[in-house]
Amino acid sequence: MSTTVSSPRPGKPQPDSTASDTGPATISTKPVTWRTPVLLTFFGLIALVFFGLLAPNQTASFGISTGEDFFQLPALQVNAFAGGIVLSVLLLGLAGYAVYLKTKGRPAPGWLTVTFIVLFVAAFLIWVVGGARTPNISLAGLIAGSVTLAVPLVFGSLSGVLCERVGVVNIAIEGQLLGGAFTAAIVASMTQNPFIGLAAAAVAGAVVSMVLALFSIKYLVNQIIVGVVLNVLVSGVTGFLFSTVMQANKAQFNSPPGLDIIEIPVLSSIPIVGPILFRQSLVGYLMYIAVLVVWVGLFKTRWGLRVRAVGEHPQAADTLGINVNATRFWNVTLGGAVAGIGGSFFTLVAIDSFTKEISGGRGFIALAALIFGRWNPIGAFFAALLFGFADNLQSIVTIIGTPVPSQFMAMLPYLVTVLAVAGLVGRSRGPAASGIPYVKG
Amino acid sequence: MSDKHPPKHAAGEPGPGAEEATPAEDSTAAVVSVDTAGGAMGPSAVPATAQSGQLPGGPDTVLRRIFTGSGMVSVLAVLLALIIGGLLIASTDKQVATTSTYFFARPTDFLAAVWNAATRSYIALFQGSVFNPRGNSVAAQFAPFMETLTIATPLITAGLGVALAFRAGLFNIGAQGQIIVAGILAAWVGFALHLPVGLHLLLVLVAGIIGGAFWGGLVGVLKARTGAHEVILTIMFNYIALYFLRYLLNTPAFQRPGETNPISPILDPSAVYPQIFGTQYRLHLGFLLAIAATVLVWWLLNRSTVGFEFRAVGANPKAAQTAGINVSRSTILVMAIAGGLAGMSGVAQVAGTEKVLTDGVAATYGFDAITVALLGRSTPWGTFAAGLLFGAFRAGAVQMQIQTGTPIDIVLVVQSLIVLFIAAPPLVRAVFGLNPRRKKQARTAKSRKAATTGGAA
Repeated sequence: MSTTVSSPRPGKPQPDSTASDTGPATISTKPVTWRTPVLLTFFGLIALVFFGLLAPNQTASFGISTGEDFFQLPALQVNAFAGGIVLSVLLLGLAGYAVYLKTKGRPAPGWLTVTFIVLFVAAFLIWVVGGARTPNISLAGLIAGSVTLAVPLVFGSLSGVLCERVGVVNIAIEGQLLGGAFTAAIVASMTQNPFIGLAAAAVAGAVVSMVLALFSIKYLVNQIIVGVVLNVLVSGVTGFLFSTVMQANKAQFNSPPGLDIIEIPVLSSIPIVGPILFRQSLVGYLMYIAVLVVWVGLFKTRWGLRVRAVGEHPQAADTLGINVNATRFWNVTLGGAVAGIGGSFFTLVAIDSFTKEISGGRGFIALAALIFGRWNPIGAFFAALLFGFADNLQSIVTIIGTPVPSQFMAMLPYLVTVLAVAGLVGRSRGPAASGIPYVKG
Repeated sequence: MSDKHPPKHAAGEPGPGAEEATPAEDSTAAVVSVDTAGGAMGPSAVPATAQSGQLPGGPDTVLRRIFTGSGMVSVLAVLLALIIGGLLIASTDKQVATTSTYFFARPTDFLAAVWNAATRSYIALFQGSVFNPRGNSVAAQFAPFMETLTIATPLITAGLGVALAFRAGLFNIGAQGQIIVAGILAAWVGFALHLPVGLHLLLVLVAGIIGGAFWGGLVGVLKARTGAHEVILTIMFNYIALYFLRYLLNTPAFQRPGETNPISPILDPSAVYPQIFGTQYRLHLGFLLAIAATVLVWWLLNRSTVGFEFRAVGANPKAAQTAGINVSRSTILVMAIAGGLAGMSGVAQVAGTEKVLTDGVAATYGFDAITVALLGRSTPWGTFAAGLLFGAFRAGAVQMQIQTGTPIDIVLVVQSLIVLFIAAPPLVRAVFGLNPRRKKQARTAKSRKAATTGGAA
């Protein structure tokens, strides 16, 4: 994916600088390293040993249809041992192909890494379910639940994309989510209208962002410091107001009416796809729209080109007449509004009241999703889905009873992020000017 | 917020004594140029001012420095944060709400209510953290202060760890995880091994420091070898450590026998810090060790070769590399030492204050340590003082909540506002009308001034 606007890949014609932005591709300017092939082989071997050879000889059953679908598909039955072997052989095959490419001096293509991750997750899933006390889960439920859990993550990482693409590091995503959740709850409770609550959440997120923008752009305070401090500040203010205002009068201030699930007739009954795409709350639909709008905006419009120019090379952008700091200010504000909407998911969709620290560190996961997704809205979306999946899998796995302790399942997204940041993704490069204040002159 | 003053004064904070000799816009140029080497290199996570604590600047008259210097800015920042916190307290006060209904009839009632609400909470905060005049004996009157020192202990050592990493240009958000891993190891040595007095405690301390150093050093290794950003790594490592601790507390090796809650056995008496002022106070040996650690970090940074390398890498990694400093080695080493310092906080928790291991062993000390280091401007003694201040806030907040019903969360608000304001001296000066622009000053560094002819807006 082109994280750079200016430098096309050497030795390789670049047909369209934006075409490669849809999937994780290799970073161009570096020589091909052994890292990816070695890591893929390593994980392929892990899959072979643990998910294949050591797998229990039990059949895992994955329910595909829910009762509401208009045609029922039979549940997918996989023998854990056979499934693990087949998938791990496929994984090793992919790893071998990466090694082969490396010997030819070519990097592993993006599809290979993505396919590898998908197959690895599938092998892991079969292994986990196959070893459980009750080896059957509803795949449809698992995926639908993952999407639901990913909603705030997606909004948060979109906020990160908008801020970092314009050159401002946004560590305050957590604060923006929390501020949005709080404001949505209190405003929706007072007006008894969830839509006003949703709008208020966007405003609250934008306000948090404006403080970030003010301090980092006008006062040149280090952006990471402002972000960290803002998280504490929002946590303190919402916690304080929760303890004083909300708890004193719960009926008036902390009982927001929820946003209902809107089912699109017929389409929502398609197995698997239906519940994901067509059985969502308003915030859920907004998520899909936001991802598309941000992606199109950033990579297909004049506004997006300017934004990326400011994030990559502010001096050049300034020379061309773009007001760097104004662009940064409004983009950061917009990012905050997006995260604020994501925050409203907690109080208007997921739970019907606000509690302290309701965002529970998801802002930081969103930050990881943003980097995992390589500063690309679509990449960030899928990375957030992966985290939502791990989160959901953890709770489901606890219910069906597996040999893996639930704490390790909970640890998984963070371990994956460390591996992703340190290895599989390679040296991920953010926008060049991200984090650097721009002083004209 | 302050459109009055031109953006070119929008400097990062200049170090002590820096801004009179060098006008504000010069500091701006210095900050930015040190930060990014003129835009040629990637930004350091930490601003130059936070790394060095002091930017080069000429000597200055004492009086001027007091009134517009960073010391004054720090005091004013604390004051401003307290005022805003007070307004927040007042805004939810019942008496204030009542009097506001007839504000235009008798505004004095309203203002008095605001004043009362805020001061009542702050007085309770003070009594809970420094001196309680209602105590029965002198010992009881000073008990709050001892409590402040107790709570400040882990804040100081973890803050030192964060500050040290700052000085090397690394943003260490991982103190939380480092405290946890240190706590795990220290607690295990404390309750599983049964050793003679003295040796046991020493081993607990060493185990904790090694645990923290390992967890911090791991981040350093990953950063040095793969180039992964330490902010992301440390955040992730915090969660991994927490879940690992939760897992361990459910295993027979760590769970207290006959207990269903995730809590470890109590540490052996030979494994806990002695209480330095007798058993009536919780204050333990860890506080003296925190002082020792402060001295050590001061020596390390200001008097040792390694510390010089850290600061060189922090100021400009490329220049440091060119000068023959091994940047990777520095990164790994500084993260390991930072982790070891945070590990001392973990030991202070399990062997000093708590005497058991629970999943709340780190509380929020790891995150508070970041604000402590920022407030202390990443200097060892500054961090020490900031640790004491935040320890006082923490200790006093408990009393404040009991006496006046003001939630503890107000402390978070005041803490974060303090750091925010201290990081933006022009804002504070503008609020208090102390902008140095109004005074004619000798421009000593004309050449650097030329670097910033424009503004930041």
